[in-house]
Amino acid sequence: MLGFGMYTQALDSAGAAEPQGDVDEVARLERFQARIDRDEKIEPKDWMPADYRQALIRQIAQHAHSEVVGMLPEGNWISRAPSLRRKVVLIAKVQDEGGHGMYLYSAAETLGVSRAALIEQLLAGRAKYSSIFNYPTLTWADIGAIGWLVDGAAIMNQIPLCRCSYGPYARAMVRICKEESFHQRQGYELMLTLARGSAAQRAMAQEALNRWWWPSLMMFGPSDAHSVHTAQSMRWKIKRFSNDELRQKFIDVTVPQAQYLGLTVPDPELRWDEPAQHYRAGPIDWSEFQAVLEGGGPCNRERLAARREAHEAGRWVREAAVAYAEKHGAHAEPARSG
Amino acid sequence: MSTAIAAERPQATVEERFEYTLRLADTSLVAGQRLAEWLGHGPALEEDLALGNIALDLIGQARLLLALAGRIEGRGRDEDALAFWRDAGQFRNVSLAEQPNGDFGQTIVRQCLLDAWQLETYASLAGSLDAELADIAKKAAKECRYHWRYSSGWLVRLGDGTEESHRRIGAAMQDLWRFTDELLTPDGLDARMAECGIGPPPAAVRERWEQRVAGVLEEAKLPLPARPHYPWHGKRGVHTESLGHLLATMQHLPRTYPGVSW
Ligand SMILES: [Fe+2]
Ligand SMILES: [Fe+2]
Repeated sequence: MLGFGMYTQALDSAGAAEPQGDVDEVARLERFQARIDRDEKIEPKDWMPADYRQALIRQIAQHAHSEVVGMLPEGNWISRAPSLRRKVVLIAKVQDEGGHGMYLYSAAETLGVSRAALIEQLLAGRAKYSSIFNYPTLTWADIGAIGWLVDGAAIMNQIPLCRCSYGPYARAMVRICKEESFHQRQGYELMLTLARGSAAQRAMAQEALNRWWWPSLMMFGPSDAHSVHTAQSMRWKIKRFSNDELRQKFIDVTVPQAQYLGLTVPDPELRWDEPAQHYRAGPIDWSEFQAVLEGGGPCNRERLAARREAHEAGRWVREAAVAYAEKHGAHAEPARSG
Repeated sequence: MSTAIAAERPQATVEERFEYTLRLADTSLVAGQRLAEWLGHGPALEEDLALGNIALDLIGQARLLLALAGRIEGRGRDEDALAFWRDAGQFRNVSLAEQPNGDFGQTIVRQCLLDAWQLETYASLAGSLDAELADIAKKAAKECRYHWRYSSGWLVRLGDGTEESHRRIGAAMQDLWRFTDELLTPDGLDARMAECGIGPPPAAVRERWEQRVAGVLEEAKLPLPARPHYPWHGKRGVHTESLGHLLATMQHLPRTYPGVSW
């Protein structure tokens, strides 16, 4: 449970559910694709191509890691929340994100890779998580901005995943999306309180929007022209809209929300395209995106260091739980690992 | 008890009821504030979530109790006015609650000793003559029962886990035990509230706490430490150095921007 190298299981179960040899590879792939085309859900025991399994593991793990790393920037303000009500809401939100991480690691486990192995990859710096969490939370308004923009962008990305072809992932997303939209509303309500508050509070809200706007747009990933995995993922229905389509949707929904707050979107080129009925954003600075992705963001070091520290500091606790369970039998087993 | 005796019961003053309610409220608030520091840093996601749940319960108790204290005082102070606009010397939490998290073992020991006290106190307060306090206590006792189950479960696991965990949890127990005297030794206000039928009888709380804690220490294969009389008087506003830092962090935002709503 606490061992490393569980990752080697990842491919073990591929092909397990279907008799080997009697169907050739091409026909099997065709049948698989036909099931997806009919909108059937693929379940853990079903046969699936190794590439499909790998793509899902990569995507789900990245998502799980993002939830867990995402606890850090917001957790940064729990101790300083300015009212007891806000403190309770923020604790519950950060807890939800941890819960999302747990469902997603469980969904990944149905593909034959353990949570412990995935966490090892994260801590070793071999796994990705959403770059948005490599930005710092500098003021209380950042908690509002994250809920509004980051959870908002996450919802845009994730609602289509509720119809993802892989059953356990789709089901996890249904539950997660409900909570994310709750977070989004709470974040927006926080921004609204600040925007309608004192001049200092309004300035705090504007400044948070200035810092979070562009990174939020980058959350949808590189533009379609530069996205490597898109076409195959769309065929497999583990992605249903392109990065640019989702980004556009987000911009269209969010710009009027910023206007309602009386805040200015920090994009001098932003304009309303009347014929197309879309807001058009100015160019995204992809060099920043690339730099953060490659570890050069403002908090990449801190985030990973915090996860490593928690993992190392908790090692003796996890070992003790295992030792206790071994002595006293499974009924006393707290089953805590990872 | 007969009505004749009840009629002779002394009546607590507003100040006494206010002070006493703050003891309970501040203990929950400060312990909740401490526990919430764990979120994102626990030994496993399950523990982050469990500690977060306990923090939510404790802060929830604090909100109800602070609101009650504000009503008793009758000067228009709400939960946030009391939480964010009192200095350390005006906080009435027991000193154990404010002790830093340390490693997971220290947090577990702190919680275990405190959970046992809160559980017995609230269970008894469910029968308080202060009806509002009794209502809050009924809910809080249920929550504290769960908190105790969690912390005592980990105390046993760590005490009877590995050599390292046994050593660490034993050291944490030796370190924090000195704060238990304050929990169990009634001062004038505790005694007075018991007389007035508002607070629990201190001797009974002490006995049940000792039984509970001795039982779990035995299961955790830890010795029962000797109880030195230690001059901590958090409940009278004389705190350890930790509380000032905790409050500086907790209160800085509303105090930097006074008079606004959040
Ligand atoms: Fe989430
Ligand atoms: Fe969220």
